[in-house]
Amino acid sequence: MSETTHGGIMGGIAGRVPKFIRRADPAVLTAFACIVVLLLLGSLYSRNFLSPEYLLQQLKVASFLGVIATGMMLVILLGQIDLSVPWAVAAGAMMACAAAAYGPIGVALAIPFGVLCGVAIGIVNGIGVAYLRIPSMIITLATNAVAQGLMVVYTGGFSPQDSATAAMRYLATGFTIPGVPNAVIIWVLIGAAMVFALTRTSFGRAVYGIGNRERAAYLSGIDTRRIVMIAFAVSGGLSAFGGVLLAGYASKAAQSMGDAYLLPSIAAVVLGGTSILGGRGSYLGTVAGVILITLLQSILSVMQMPEAGRQIIYGVVIVAMLLLYGRAPASR
Amino acid sequence: MKDWRYRLAEQRGTLLAFGIFIVMFAIYSANHPAGFTANVVQTAANKGVLLAFVAMAQTLVVITAGIDLSVGMIFTLTNCMASWLVVGTGLETAFGVLAVLGTGLICGAVNGAIVIYGRLQPIVATIATGAVYFGLALLLRPVPGGSVNEDLADFLTGRFFGVVPASLVALLVIVLVVWVPFSRSELGRAAYAAGSSETAAYMSGVPIRRGKLLAYTLAGLLAAIGGLFLTFFTYTGEAAYASGNAYTLFSIAAVVLGGVSLFGGKGSAIGAIFGALAFRTIGDLLFVFDFDPLWQPLFQGVILLIAVSLGAFALFRVRNRLEWFL
Repeated sequence: MSETTHGGIMGGIAGRVPKFIRRADPAVLTAFACIVVLLLLGSLYSRNFLSPEYLLQQLKVASFLGVIATGMMLVILLGQIDLSVPWAVAAGAMMACAAAAYGPIGVALAIPFGVLCGVAIGIVNGIGVAYLRIPSMIITLATNAVAQGLMVVYTGGFSPQDSATAAMRYLATGFTIPGVPNAVIIWVLIGAAMVFALTRTSFGRAVYGIGNRERAAYLSGIDTRRIVMIAFAVSGGLSAFGGVLLAGYASKAAQSMGDAYLLPSIAAVVLGGTSILGGRGSYLGTVAGVILITLLQSILSVMQMPEAGRQIIYGVVIVAMLLLYGRAPASR
Repeated sequence: MKDWRYRLAEQRGTLLAFGIFIVMFAIYSANHPAGFTANVVQTAANKGVLLAFVAMAQTLVVITAGIDLSVGMIFTLTNCMASWLVVGTGLETAFGVLAVLGTGLICGAVNGAIVIYGRLQPIVATIATGAVYFGLALLLRPVPGGSVNEDLADFLTGRFFGVVPASLVALLVIVLVVWVPFSRSELGRAAYAAGSSETAAYMSGVPIRRGKLLAYTLAGLLAAIGGLFLTFFTYTGEAAYASGNAYTLFSIAAVVLGGVSLFGGKGSAIGAIFGALAFRTIGDLLFVFDFDPLWQPLFQGVILLIAVSLGAFALFRVRNRLEWFL
């Protein structure tokens, strides 16, 4: 008797909730709800917080993190992680700027060359993870250290050119469509390509399959090692491209410019509801996570919070939100 | 298998790390301009002991099949804290040391609680707590500075009887007081069992949660001891992001060199200590061979890359391809 009543009530509630909310991932909804809360809090603090100019500026800043987080998400969906982001970002930026010193051909090839350096770092990661079966956390830390060493030797031996080319500045700060920064357009394009790859191609199916259980994916005829390898190469390339854009935004490349992007890119992906264990997550969630993190950083800097307070709040918020909805299942 | 052969196989990683260290140190001291003197040994010991403490901390967590990416930041935080508190009279200094060690314990326990009771992945949780610890360190020391009780510092970084480096003796004492009791206790075995197979350990009624919590907590303590020694060597506190990150990275390298399995359940802190000393010696080899110091980060990175790739040799023993996927 009591059981049927219970079921009836549950059915009644479910019936009243609109379909698109019932189908959505609760984590993505929570992330968007947090964005709204942050915007409201910000508007209490300052009036211009809800102005279109400010929001567009935030979106532009978010797009750099968005490009980097896109690659990170692909790797996390596989159940791996890419800790080589800091120096892949720096290497992409520094190599692109350095290539520009070699005449007009160098200027023309600066951006592809920077991205290629990131792809190279990603390929080393991919070989280590896919073929040598080294835990991704370890091999990516090691390639990060090697990339750092290479950059230190390179900049220390002779000073390369470190100012961004006109093309890089145009990509990061220019306007092709009036009112919409180019960086945002680039993020939209890369995001659309990623959504297409994840949902409409066999590559995307394979990524989710490997993330759930690599053994099963292998037995169903997927060349899992090749997929993992490609994912790491894409992640390295996107990190380096993010670095190229950042160099264009700041009009120069610096050694430690990537350090500030490791934790945010992982946090954006995980806060967006992608399981850190792999196999589950949507790109919409990552978009929400990126915007959430950017807004949080922006509010903290508008409030003129010193660096120390920013780090503390940042870490606490991430742990708190993960405890809210990123926990592993309790069953054994 | 006979008893002694089983025990030898269990200690293989540790013995290998010991061997690497001896060979590297022999090359180092043979080519050092000053030769094998008490001074050279003391300097090398003081540099190596810092990494050894952090590597021991990392070992405790890695044994439970976790990872602690905040050890370097706990190390930095306690360094900043010690530069405020470990000063003044003997009693004040003693309280300062206790407060610093207590902070390390709390940091470790917070990591453990979030990972075990919060059920978050160790890697994400400790990156986030690492940001918090670094923020606290920056709060304490926005600019490098501070001081330390120099009598205590000189005593612990000098030499006993003119030959034995005091820092090595301190390391030995910590091993005897922290590591040996832990690894022989019921909770220590629980930490090993949890790393080896959490499900099997749970089914056998092993107290895995308490074992893991103790491992994370003691890791915080050991990182704090490292931070305390850093203050003794430098006489100041500095919230340096790059240095904290480097110690985290090097601790993982030391653990791998020391034969501790990153998949958990295998290895010992003794191995990690020799791994740390070997890693430091390899890094310093560049100096005795008169290379440009610019090459040091690259050299250390390549060594790290080679060290972690060595594990891939296990692939040759795989008979069934499905064993690739753990």
